Amino acid sequence: MNQSLNDSFLPLGDSSVLIRKGTTIDKGTHRWIMSVMQLLEAQRFDGMIECVPAFASIAVHYDPLVVWRSRSLQEKGHASVYETVCKRLEQCLSLLSEKEDNRLPERVVTIPVCYGGDYGPDLQEVAEHCGLSAEEVVSLHTSGSYSVYMIGFAPGFPYLGGMPPSIAAPRHKTPRIVIPAGSVGIAGAQTGVYPLATPGGWQLIGRTPLPLFRPDQQIPSLLEAGDHVRFEAISEQQYKEWEGAEQL
Amino acid sequence: MSLTVLKPGLLATVQDLGRYGYQKYGVAVGGAMDEPAARVANWLVGNEDAEAVLELTLTGTELRVDQDMWLAVCGGDMGARTDAGEVVPLWRPVWIAEGTILSFRHYQSGCRTYVAIAGGLEANVSMGSRSTYLRGAIGGLDGRTLGTGDRLEIRQRGREALAIDKLEVSSSGRLKWPLWHAGGFAVAPREVHTVRLMQGEHQNLLTAEALRNLYHEVFRIGPSSDRMGYRLQSERKLKFGEQASELITEPVVHGTIQLPPDGNPIVLLADRQTTGGYPRIGQVASVDIPVFAQLKPGDRIRFYSVTPIESERLKLESELDMNQLRTIIALKLHHKT
Repeated sequence: MNQSLNDSFLPLGDSSVLIRKGTTIDKGTHRWIMSVMQLLEAQRFDGMIECVPAFASIAVHYDPLVVWRSRSLQEKGHASVYETVCKRLEQCLSLLSEKEDNRLPERVVTIPVCYGGDYGPDLQEVAEHCGLSAEEVVSLHTSGSYSVYMIGFAPGFPYLGGMPPSIAAPRHKTPRIVIPAGSVGIAGAQTGVYPLATPGGWQLIGRTPLPLFRPDQQIPSLLEAGDHVRFEAISEQQYKEWEGAEQL
Repeated sequence: MSLTVLKPGLLATVQDLGRYGYQKYGVAVGGAMDEPAARVANWLVGNEDAEAVLELTLTGTELRVDQDMWLAVCGGDMGARTDAGEVVPLWRPVWIAEGTILSFRHYQSGCRTYVAIAGGLEANVSMGSRSTYLRGAIGGLDGRTLGTGDRLEIRQRGREALAIDKLEVSSSGRLKWPLWHAGGFAVAPREVHTVRLMQGEHQNLLTAEALRNLYHEVFRIGPSSDRMGYRLQSERKLKFGEQASELITEPVVHGTIQLPPDGNPIVLLADRQTTGGYPRIGQVASVDIPVFAQLKPGDRIRFYSVTPIESERLKLESELDMNQLRTIIALKLHHKT
């Protein structure tokens, strides 16, 4: 719309702006996205509805009428509400300090997983694909330190980075009709946990008794973008005890 | 005060204006597919915009009115009638006598009908909204569709909408309504709907021919279209030129048009996911999103290009029009005329 506007802003329809920082998945970009999210949520402008982060971008949703009504004298000279929103975002981003890292301390969440058997019917297949034993796959999967890059696809579904490449395995050619909630899977170089029962093609190596989608709680997702995750192997007995405790 | 569901019909859920603020946790916004229709229905019975309403789909619903009440039916015309065979007029406040059975079985036009009750519907609030989100099993009636025998309680005492002695009365005396209505906001049925489209970021990945086709083809609403998204089908499939490099997942919004590898575009609607990895070839103007709510499988559309600035202006104008309508309805109800 206006050449003088920051190149990393794009209109996403008529009621959202996409802020983009490149097109790659890496830790540096992720840290920048998390810093901007924190800043935007602390410096909400009139008409802003919510911000949604992804790997290298953030959608800022706004209500055009509320922004239009809240324009300052100077903002009334803008050609569009979109321009006003971009200027407000630019001003907000100028508060982002390059050197200081003011982000809140990152959380580490441990997710207990019962690997193999009925809980992880594809563990053996993944092991064979990778030329490893099932125990080695579990040991590698639990040794990784994972970053939650973003939540998307389904309520509470984490996109995790940091899986050891040696246990990467392709998706099933024909997706399963139902994958039980809590299933831990591998798809290519990614690993993830299904919060809800859905169809899917991931290789299932285990299952967690921990609910990832918690609609009754103030924060409805166990994980948030920016968290760190560790997987911990538990026995079937422990799984059942845990599941029983969660249902109380 | 309550309504009893005698037959749910094809798909009936409780909806309000959606669940905002939780997309970063992957939670869909949801809410009424035809938002203006749901808002107007609420205004007509003296409710606020965000009261929960019933969203009925196409046909088959049957409700029993357990006490005298005011309600408004807006959106698609599913041929609402009483058990005495009397037509329930749309887009206005209607008084209905206790014991009347309302059926929605004489389909006329559109796809989704909204029923607002004075006082609003009681429903589960989840993350600040009463909207039913079936995939997450939250909101509405325990996160599910309405079933036979469900009792829908009224949330609070509704106002006496209009002075009852000045109204038109049906021959059975069970229905009363004013002559005025707010039907000017209905999406008028057309043979081929025109939908205004902003350029999507990845539109430049289409072949020249596909780009031409996007604006010239007639698209048919596919059979697997639902509240999450409408699947569009056309004679000539849309294709990408050079192998489009893998895109990384980015946020999507209402009205985003994704193009998966099969060449059939998907228009993302109320229950859409929060992020997506398919190329985005277009973005439906906000003011035209309710058009999709009233299209059913087999209906046809054509796209017409607009810029984001034009689309934004249309949105502002339509919101100002809506505010005027709200004021007029509020005055009518205030003076009980």
